[in-house]
Amino acid sequence: MDNRVVITGYGIYSCLGDNVETVRNSLYKGISGIGLDKERKEKGFRSGLTGILSRPDLKTLLKRRQRIGMAEEGEYAYMSTLEAFKMAGIDEQYLDEHEIGILFGNDTSARAVIEGHELFMEKKDTSLLGSGTIFQSMNSTVTMNLSTIFRLKGANMTISAACASGSNAIGLGYILIKHGLQSHVVVGGAQEVNYHSMSSFDGLGTFSIREDDPASASRPFDRDRDGLIPSGGAASLILESYDSAVKRGAKILGEVMGYGFSSNGDHISNSNVDGPTRSINNAIKLSGINVDEIDYINAHATSTPNGDASEAQAIYNVIGDRKIPVSSTKSMTGHECWMAGASEIVYSMIMMKHDFVAPNINFENPDEHSAKLNISAHSIDQKINLFLSNSFGFGGTNSSLIVRNII
Amino acid sequence: MLEVKYTDVVEKINVFLSEEFEVDKSQITADGNMKEILDLDSLDYVDLVVVIENNFGIKLNSEDFSRIQTFEDFYNYINNRISGK
Repeated sequence: MDNRVVITGYGIYSCLGDNVETVRNSLYKGISGIGLDKERKEKGFRSGLTGILSRPDLKTLLKRRQRIGMAEEGEYAYMSTLEAFKMAGIDEQYLDEHEIGILFGNDTSARAVIEGHELFMEKKDTSLLGSGTIFQSMNSTVTMNLSTIFRLKGANMTISAACASGSNAIGLGYILIKHGLQSHVVVGGAQEVNYHSMSSFDGLGTFSIREDDPASASRPFDRDRDGLIPSGGAASLILESYDSAVKRGAKILGEVMGYGFSSNGDHISNSNVDGPTRSINNAIKLSGINVDEIDYINAHATSTPNGDASEAQAIYNVIGDRKIPVSSTKSMTGHECWMAGASEIVYSMIMMKHDFVAPNINFENPDEHSAKLNISAHSIDQKINLFLSNSFGFGGTNSSLIVRNII
Repeated sequence: MLEVKYTDVVEKINVFLSEEFEVDKSQITADGNMKEILDLDSLDYVDLVVVIENNFGIKLNSEDFSRIQTFEDFYNYINNRISGK
């Protein structure tokens, strides 16, 4: 028999704040976390816009050996996971006595790779690169570090699926629990924030160049959008079987109802309408819900002309003329890439808990496709009992998740 | 070439060991067991090679460490290497 899969904790470290309460305030008020990084301009970036956040000081929280193999994105993920465990009421003793898995979405650790290579070029001796470089450089840096720090003994792996990495990590964690392979899985996504990881992406010319007004640069679905803004941080959620949560008396915050995925089988960077439509429909089918039950859609929309238009059409294909509120929190965060699919579940969980729909800031004029959707540039006070969240990535990878409130 | 004073070598080593391995300098004593006090594991020796190279421009390998038990052994070994003994 399949297990029900519930969420018992979550944590966030992003350009909207370094904890759930701060992020809640930013989401409700529509505060942008975007700024201009002068260093990127000095180095020759076409756009210096980025999400702005500072690295946490872990010196008082972790020993040297626990920190030394951790790249920037791992530091963010440690903070968000610590917050998620705390919310879930899971302490060190519980971690030691149970088989808990970890699945994180991450697709680069570019800064560690580049800095390690530069050091090698300078020293011309591999034994002078230090012990941390290899553990910081691998895509699985987040899961290898967190599983060691928290002494996790279950499934331990990283999902790399471009900008759908975090969403797929949650979906796959859901499958492990649903089929009884794990009773608890820490899921999430992490994204480094530095010029090293974004120079080649900047070179594609897909970043917004509204540098004179960073807060208005990310404008998903707006007619005058001119590109995305890279951002990052980390988001974590504690997924658990319903039975496990009830047995230990945990507060159940939501239930993952379904996970849909698809691949476009098409262009490497250009989106299409068919792939995302199938992803959304697969999630709805697996959830066993009716479209009418969806109270809110957290869109993937990144503020690129092509991508947003395709998603607007895909959403319309599924919901038709229903006036379900749709917003892209990327209007405030920028595109949190490998982390986005996980952070947007956390953002939506915050909205569901506090009865509001976060705004799609900077949405001033629709285009022909977004005009068919119910998109608000301002917060809406309303109850959310069930939401859909989309994530799409390079290579045409698509992931959709449906979460409901436990009533 | 100017001769480096032994006490300066000791001071320099104590400073970088304290910083790198995050132990209070007062814990580092000449007769103390270096591996135990610095809590060194196999990976830490990789980092020890790096800090020695950064501070003295000399490179140690794993066989060199096998002869070092106390901090004094370490001071003497480094001092001999940089003095060309």
